[in-house]
Amino acid sequence: MKKVNYLEIEGKSGGFFLLLAILGGIIFAGLLGVYHMEHNGHYVTGMDNQIVWGMPHVFAVFLIVAASGALNVASIGTVFGKVMYKPLGRLSSLLAIALLAGGLMVLVLDLGRPDRLVVAMTYYNFKSIFAWNIILYNGFFAVVIVYLWMMMQQSMNKYYKAAGYFAFFWRLILTTGTGSIFGFLVARTAYDAALMAPMFIIMSFAFGLAFFLLVLMLGYHWTERPLGDDILRRLKNLLGVFIGAILYFVAVYHLTNLYATEHHGVEKFILAGDSVHTTIFWVVQILLGSIAPLMIIYSKLSASRFWIGIASLLVIIGGLAQMYVIIIGGQAYPLDIFPGMEIINSTFADGNEYHQYYPSLSETLLGLSGIAAAILIVTLGTRILKFLPDSLADKDINPHHKD
Amino acid sequence: MSKTETAETNGISRRKFLGTGIASAATVSLAPGVSFINLAHAQPKPAGQKVDDSKRWGMLIDTNKCAKGCDACVKGCNDEHNLNVGDEDLSRPEQQSQWIRKVDLRDKLTGHESSLPLMCVHCEHPPCVDVCPTGASFKREDGIVLVDKHICIGCRYCMMACPYKARSFIHEELTMQSENAPRGKGTVESCTLCVHRVDDPNNANPITACAEACNKEGHEAIIFGDIKDSNSEINKALKKYSTSAIREDLKLNPGVRYRGI
Repeated sequence: MKKVNYLEIEGKSGGFFLLLAILGGIIFAGLLGVYHMEHNGHYVTGMDNQIVWGMPHVFAVFLIVAASGALNVASIGTVFGKVMYKPLGRLSSLLAIALLAGGLMVLVLDLGRPDRLVVAMTYYNFKSIFAWNIILYNGFFAVVIVYLWMMMQQSMNKYYKAAGYFAFFWRLILTTGTGSIFGFLVARTAYDAALMAPMFIIMSFAFGLAFFLLVLMLGYHWTERPLGDDILRRLKNLLGVFIGAILYFVAVYHLTNLYATEHHGVEKFILAGDSVHTTIFWVVQILLGSIAPLMIIYSKLSASRFWIGIASLLVIIGGLAQMYVIIIGGQAYPLDIFPGMEIINSTFADGNEYHQYYPSLSETLLGLSGIAAAILIVTLGTRILKFLPDSLADKDINPHHKD
Repeated sequence: MSKTETAETNGISRRKFLGTGIASAATVSLAPGVSFINLAHAQPKPAGQKVDDSKRWGMLIDTNKCAKGCDACVKGCNDEHNLNVGDEDLSRPEQQSQWIRKVDLRDKLTGHESSLPLMCVHCEHPPCVDVCPTGASFKREDGIVLVDKHICIGCRYCMMACPYKARSFIHEELTMQSENAPRGKGTVESCTLCVHRVDDPNNANPITACAEACNKEGHEAIIFGDIKDSNSEINKALKKYSTSAIREDLKLNPGVRYRGI
């Protein structure tokens, strides 16, 4: 095992500039969508007074959750002392910052008054989970940047472990805060579960790692740097464990809900209804997003990097589907304002009908632009600073590797 | 001289001062951070007279008197606050603001039917206030729950948290606004319990627009008043009759209560 040598990516190839152009194009399209929404007002979106959070929130919350999970790879190296993971720490931290920036960009640009961002930074209601999250998210940037600094500057290496521990605890609190956005909503039967916070933490492990695997494999493939099988095998096995853990949490969440009579309605709506949410739950979240990647990861297919990439991509798609079911599905199920009563007539769409939501192009583009922004930050970051080891070959990073 | 007396003295002199007609427009401070633009007809609260918890404004809605098919209260509210006046037509019906709505119910077990208006119920422990990141959603000492339009960032978390779906988000630019209710694209709004009437010092017995409209129709299904005032009609009615709050299980202690459901 030799000393790890970090190098910027060259960034002179046509492919590099093509990637920048594609990402820039998606971000530009997203910003056009924002202009359309903010200039006209939210009436041009699929959101309304029944489905108040739409596609932007699906992407934003997904990215924020993935961001904290992306830092896990660094934490495994620092906090859990796994030597093999240490060379991945810089990329892991950069990706965490990038995903969070992408997610926050989407969240902020969907606000009714994005021009009042400074208000959100200066007026705090400390009872609000959102207010905590503003502090947690801003703090995450600061904490991870310091962590990176300790990692990257040799003279500061002595503080590296302490910074790593701090970042690890910060990210756990951050995801707890994100999960609690939903966990504390007593009014809505689909939420209001303390389980949301730990479930979001385990979701972050999987989504962040899936992103990390894709960025790692594509980055090393495109820059033609060696990437060993040992580290990939470990990472993909870890991804498998995380997917299994999500399935466990999803099962517990639905089973506890099924036990309580008051939640039967919303459970039927999600698990056995005739709406799009049932299809998204079973087909995309469970089948494509969980079972399929598990089968890939624990079969011979996973010897192929292509299939590890497919599994990671499926986890990301499944994660977006899970967010869609939680956020949109949770709102689509009507509020139980009058328990035991049937609403015969209402002028404000109370009734027993499920609320419909048809995402508009502009809000979907805004969501996608968040992902593009995250990838752009990683691309430019690795171009400018020394984030990527020049080799992640087994013999270079695995102390137990035998040729 | 006690604080209250000082406030009253100041209040009278202030009123006289305004009575001379010198001041035609000024800013009324309703609570920290909130101000409504005051025009000639609505005069400021007496200086030094703060909103305090000696009052708890609320309503009692008698569903036995509320007529099915009648939406006088909704019209009264819309007229008072210039809601639904034609400048919100780009928004789909699910997007248009509704501060008060009529709901017809049937008890699943007994089959008993009732009709009632539903609006912000002005909780003692409002979830919308708890979740608002900036504090734009706030509760006054006298129980009225409002949105400070100046610091609402339009995140809609309050709408996610409200068990009554009482809040609306403004989905487009509005042009025909009432001076009683400043409204702005990209912010959230809901029933103000006609706070401009409550705070009008010339109005000794304020009544909300919905209650007024209901009375005009002859139904008298809505009683508005200070729940803490033992001489008020609402206080007496609440003592006399058994009433309930919607989603009483959440223990939010709403100021708007119902009879007959």
